[in-house]
Amino acid sequence: MIELENVGYSYGGGELLSNVTLSLSPGSFHFLTGPSGSGKTTLMKLCYGALKPTSGRIKVFGSDMRRLDRDQMAILRRRIGVVHQDCQFLDHLPLADNVALPLTVSGRDVGAESQNLSELLAWVGLGNRTDALPPELSGGERQRAALARAVIMSPEVVLADEPTGNVDWEMSQRLLTLLAELNRMGKTVLVASHDLALIRAAKSLVQARVLRISNRKLQLAGADL
Amino acid sequence: MSKRTIRSFLLGDAQADRVVPPSGFTAQLTLFAAAAMAFLAVFALALCMASGRLADRWAGELARSATLRISAPADQRDAQTAAALEILRQTPGIASARALSMEEQAALLTPWFGADLPLDDLPVPQLVEIVADDQGYDVEGLRLRLSGEVPGAVLDDHSRWRRPLVDAANSLRRLGLMSILLIGGATAAMITLAANAALAANAQVIEVLRLVGARDTYIAQAFVRRFTLRALIGATLGMALGMLGVALLPPASDAGGFLTGLGFQGAGWAVPFLIPVLGALVAFAATWYSARRRLGELT
Ligand SMILES: Nc1ncnc2c1ncn2[C@@H]1O[C@H](COP(=O)(O)OP(=O)(O)OP(=O)(O)O)[C@@H](O)[C@H]1O
Ligand SMILES: [Mg+2]
Repeated sequence: MIELENVGYSYGGGELLSNVTLSLSPGSFHFLTGPSGSGKTTLMKLCYGALKPTSGRIKVFGSDMRRLDRDQMAILRRRIGVVHQDCQFLDHLPLADNVALPLTVSGRDVGAESQNLSELLAWVGLGNRTDALPPELSGGERQRAALARAVIMSPEVVLADEPTGNVDWEMSQRLLTLLAELNRMGKTVLVASHDLALIRAAKSLVQARVLRISNRKLQLAGADL
Repeated sequence: MSKRTIRSFLLGDAQADRVVPPSGFTAQLTLFAAAAMAFLAVFALALCMASGRLADRWAGELARSATLRISAPADQRDAQTAAALEILRQTPGIASARALSMEEQAALLTPWFGADLPLDDLPVPQLVEIVADDQGYDVEGLRLRLSGEVPGAVLDDHSRWRRPLVDAANSLRRLGLMSILLIGGATAAMITLAANAALAANAQVIEVLRLVGARDTYIAQAFVRRFTLRALIGATLGMALGMLGVALLPPASDAGGFLTGLGFQGAGWAVPFLIPVLGALVAFAATWYSARRRLGELT
């Protein structure tokens, strides 16, 4: 689905990531871990094309990302659901509209999918908050809403950047369960998190591989978590 | 832009409009500025059209008439006049030529010398009124021929005082046109500034839209439609007020001359209706350009 070949990235200073090779195969579940500032978010952004690699090559759904024009890139983002670390909503629109935003911008009939939308909101436990504006939501509610928005287009890949960043243990377990459910439905999932306890807890739910960024390199972590 | 884009642009898309937050104050400023520009444009247009009419009229009326002045000793006067009339009759491009009678000449001189002028005793030149047809005649050729055959004849085609008048009217028209162009340019600049401000203020919105898979066209449209509509509404208001102002000007009269002729005539009243259309087009182009440029900077 997403393949990185010898990818390097730098924001202008020294190299942040170098020689990263990674392949997310269909239906796989990966955790991405590493210390704060090691480049997890950066790697995620490379995966959905918000950043362009300074070296190496990224292939998404079989096509080289460098060859895609802006419109093709927009279409690509409809096939990849992203939960951003800082959520990113339109603060003037109520929650339901925000979750439906990917449908709106891709020209789909939101009215026709309202059943789908309310089921999805119920699934993330936000069925009774649909009219709230994003700034009125708690951190955990925002993250669940972000997850709902990421999957509303039923994308083939879900990239979640710290989806459990500011929720309590119970809530993070719930979010993890949601992600595992998505994976069982056949979606490819990549979750960035530095919460090792969460990653350990996931072992009982899904077959997950753990990738770790250390010293600018990406390594497959063993069973020694 | 494809046909579909244009159609969806015109029909509007309530959802697409909602993705960009409403902007009350800047919207009103854009509306006001568009109205002010349209108001000014109406007057520039009125000036243009009035001076254009004036230039055409002066050029046409004066070019078509000329005067031949024959100063000759009293005994040769009639013979020279007859000879001149014969030459004029043969000249192609002259519709009619007529020697003025003594009474007519006296009437022309009355304003200057009073009614009691004993015209018969004075060596007043004979005047011949020449009216050209639409093609006109060869002034220099006629002059040459007259100087050979009618030594006392002087042809005055009025160009000496026609030219400065027509020139003045024409420069007035040029000034009007230039004002219209400047108003158009200023409108474009203003809308570009307003659109850039709106795009900058909504950078976060644009980023979110881009992240959830909105295409540039979709994002740009949300802004372009707003500014185009604002410019259209503002310019329509301004045009209406401007036309009201022109309509309330005193009607054209001979006594008032140029000043009271300022305004629109007949079909000319339809021309200002182009102002809102052009204003909307300018706004459309300016916003489209700004939005595409701004979006091109994002990944
Ligand atoms: N736009 C940017 N310009 C310059 N440097 C940046 C930019 N974004 C991130 N960085 C730097 O790159 C490094 C990696 O950032 P990144 O956000 O990928 O870390 P992270 O692993 O996601 O951290 P965290 O766990 O805190 O979210 C950090 O040192 C950060 O300061
Ligand atoms: Mg991060």
